[in-house]
Amino acid sequence: MKTIITDFNYLAAKTLDEALDLLCKHKDDDYRIIAGGQSLNTAMKHRLLTPEYILDIKGVADLDYVRFDEKEGLKIGALATHRSVELSPVVREKYEVLREMEENVASIETRNWGTLMGDLCNADPAVDPAPPLIALDAEITVSAKGEERTVPAEEFAVDFFETVVQPGEMATEIRVPPLPPNTGVHFMKYSQIHGDYALASASVLITLDAAKEQCVNARIGLGGVGVTPIRAKKAEEVLKGKKITDEVLAEAARVASEETSPISGIEASADYKRELAGTLVRRVGKEALERARRA
Amino acid sequence: MKQQLNIVVNGEPRELFIEPKTLLVQVIREHLGLTGTHQACDSSSCAACTVVVDGMAVKSCSILALQVNGREVLTVEGLAQGPNLHPIQQAFIDNWAFQCGFCTSGQIMATKALLDENPDPTREEVQAQLDGHLCRCTGYNMINEAVRDAAKRIKAQKETANSEKGAK
Repeated sequence: MKTIITDFNYLAAKTLDEALDLLCKHKDDDYRIIAGGQSLNTAMKHRLLTPEYILDIKGVADLDYVRFDEKEGLKIGALATHRSVELSPVVREKYEVLREMEENVASIETRNWGTLMGDLCNADPAVDPAPPLIALDAEITVSAKGEERTVPAEEFAVDFFETVVQPGEMATEIRVPPLPPNTGVHFMKYSQIHGDYALASASVLITLDAAKEQCVNARIGLGGVGVTPIRAKKAEEVLKGKKITDEVLAEAARVASEETSPISGIEASADYKRELAGTLVRRVGKEALERARRA
Repeated sequence: MKQQLNIVVNGEPRELFIEPKTLLVQVIREHLGLTGTHQACDSSSCAACTVVVDGMAVKSCSILALQVNGREVLTVEGLAQGPNLHPIQQAFIDNWAFQCGFCTSGQIMATKALLDENPDPTREEVQAQLDGHLCRCTGYNMINEAVRDAAKRIKAQKETANSEKGAK
């Protein structure tokens, strides 16, 4: 039986203030923050991580929310579980793409306990929420005692399993702006088993002009095809200002696949993943376009 | 340093002192001796260890026990009423929904959480709920049938209970 063999000191916070106090106090220690621990516990069981302190924020109730208002958009607190995002009525009504993404995250058991923010902070390059959050132009709030900063979703992960969050800090909120009119968003991932990490994933946002002819804005987020999730900015430029046809989408897909830098693994080669990213951009882009026309 | 853990397991309040690194499945199996909850993959991939915490199906091998402090845990041992199996258990038997049985308690606990939330699930909804559960024997069809049969049995049981209440 695989268990966690290395002892750690366990400290739990019940409020955000308590959590930030704990982080400030243990800033120079070897610690890990645990929310649901759905990635962290496995990493500790496999002895990939052996922290001296575990700072538990699962009980920080003031960060367990999914809220929406017309002006500021959607706000997801750091302790909102995957499942609560998936089942949130406002997510279903206004940000359907996030529900589509959530339904493919691991299994219901994992989504019931694991948090969306924890998933982002674990920073697997194929993390499911990153591509749609990049496409939706989301921002992430990072807090420390007496300080706060916001980071665009595409800048949150900086390397393989590494984020902008520094010692003493924690990510506290995801903010997704309201969608402009005539906007469609879609997300797809390709994995060998349903719920597994993606070999590649893509999310595309398309905003059309009032006549629903020309693309006035496009955003593309890709997962699993680099050391971090990425934003395919060059491919976005291919779409902007044009009437989107199958040819334009094919060109955007080709450019997007050139923007990737995947790593070969046991499941697929780098070439395969690059090709896959392009295919996903084309398919996802087509659906996002249809949705923008219907919006 | 050991820390105090207060949980309600199958309706019974329990007080334990555990190392913080202890996983929920260890508390259930080793500290409480409830070995109906199984451990297989140990890496959050198979869901054999599924139990219900505050109404939610979760993987007990991937949760620190201290995080469940103050909550209610239901394991497969908490389903039967004396000699009477729970309708889900009986439906699994009658529909041949297992062979070796190793994954079964996890499947049953996920079914319990599903049917409490959604008493009349479609085939697709059952599939979505149970798709994290690996079974190497049955091929999943009979499990899906057992879950929907269990839903019917629970509904029938409730209707009988209601009509008895009405008769009184």
